[in-house]
Amino acid sequence: MSEANTNPQILQFSKLNKAFKIGTELIEVVKDVNLTVKPGEFVSIIGPSGCGKSTLLRLVVGLERNFTGEIRLGEELITGPGVNRGMVFQEARLFPWLTVEENVAFGLGNSESKAERSQVVNEHLELVGLSNFAAAYPSQLSGGMQQRVSIARALVNRPQVLLLDEPFGALDAITRIHMQQEIIRIWQAEKTTILLVTHDIDEAIFLGDRVVVMSKRPATIKTIISVDLPRPRDRNSFDFVKLRRKIYTEFFSEVEVPFAYSI
Amino acid sequence: MIKFWGWIKENYLAIVTPVVLLLIWEAASQLGWIRANLLPGPSAIFMVLVELVKTGELIINLGISIIRVAEGFIIGAALGVLVGVQVALVKKLRVAVSLIFGVLRPIPVIAWIPVLILWLGIDEGSKVTVIAIGSFWTVLVSVVQGIRNVDIKYLEVATILEKDRLTLLTKVILPATLPALFTGVRVGIDVAWRSVVAAELIAASSGIGYMIMYARELSQIDTVLVGVLSIGLTGIVIDQLLIILEKRLLKWNVNIHEA
Repeated sequence: MSEANTNPQILQFSKLNKAFKIGTELIEVVKDVNLTVKPGEFVSIIGPSGCGKSTLLRLVVGLERNFTGEIRLGEELITGPGVNRGMVFQEARLFPWLTVEENVAFGLGNSESKAERSQVVNEHLELVGLSNFAAAYPSQLSGGMQQRVSIARALVNRPQVLLLDEPFGALDAITRIHMQQEIIRIWQAEKTTILLVTHDIDEAIFLGDRVVVMSKRPATIKTIISVDLPRPRDRNSFDFVKLRRKIYTEFFSEVEVPFAYSI
Repeated sequence: MIKFWGWIKENYLAIVTPVVLLLIWEAASQLGWIRANLLPGPSAIFMVLVELVKTGELIINLGISIIRVAEGFIIGAALGVLVGVQVALVKKLRVAVSLIFGVLRPIPVIAWIPVLILWLGIDEGSKVTVIAIGSFWTVLVSVVQGIRNVDIKYLEVATILEKDRLTLLTKVILPATLPALFTGVRVGIDVAWRSVVAAELIAASSGIGYMIMYARELSQIDTVLVGVLSIGLTGIVIDQLLIILEKRLLKWNVNIHEA
């Protein structure tokens, strides 16, 4: 179905609204989101925690339904799950009873032959640098390695869009920076569209072609900031710091930032 | 070998304690503090044990009971898994049987013995059925609990990847349920083992329960004790075998390797 077309497609949100019924109350989580993601673009979405940005990804991947508005991937109107969209969660969500190799193969459908399957799986294990761990169980891997396996599983169908829901949030700072570099390398190799939800301003700027800043719940798009920095990016460059400051003030605009020069 | 000594180092108290108790017991009966016709000493019991093994009486009766447990347990557990999977996955069925199961499940297996003797006589049929009933409920409950506790996070992964129901069941739900199922099996075998002895004590012409009952009628306290203790020993052997099997089958489950 979707596997025929592996080129990245344009992803469009128009007038997207989503509310959850909690008890008798209807709580709006996503409100009037309009966004167009170009094929092959890397878009970071940043917002306060609990604002509904994860819900946005769950809508794209088809885990949440009953929304109003439209999500389109290319020509296809999204109404439910499909293998043309891959997702990586904050936790790796690997099946502990399957080996690394079997976990990645779980991503595949049943259409391929055995030889094809193992070839595709090996390619993706190589892509995430875990060829030597094919036979290991997830419990034998570190958190960062588990998340790599999860990325390989999401990519193995060659999805047109990869959704990353705070994928490095549970990792330590150094591993997180490694993984950010890795995901850029993978993105450049696979040329897939990536939508990343994060609460880390640095991560959003370091990875994204654009940074979408969301408001508190219900999540609406506050502003979209283009990141016109050459890659690989330097987190300590002047322009990077300037952008970080700009986004920072989006969240803490009410607070006067005291500024002192010491010469 | 190193592993063995490590085990000894950690568990020597498990061996030393019963040995000390046996020595005290033996001394007490040698000194005549305990009446031998009520409680013979360990050495006397051991002599009877050797004799009963030699004549084959113990092995035959124990073997008959074990075969009954195996037959009844396989039937009960298989039905428990089949029904449990359906009940856990099909909401309508769960509602339909909830009241019936609610009434039947708390009935102690032993209460079924008179009913089954009237229906099936005192042959193999009634005993195997008693065991099957006992193990059915424990396995059923563990399967239903196990399936209903499968982490929704795993189910979401399968949903995103558009897995069909069969793949979902065999690759996600059943493996996730296996640890709970194993607990159910261990408890279920325990129940099965109890039920067979109870059934044989009430009415039988063979089996370990029958051997105990027959010896009681002849006031052979030593044979009675050999029978009772052999039930315990068989139980521990079965349980250990199951633990080994569990470690083999669930080698991914990090929680069981600690124990």
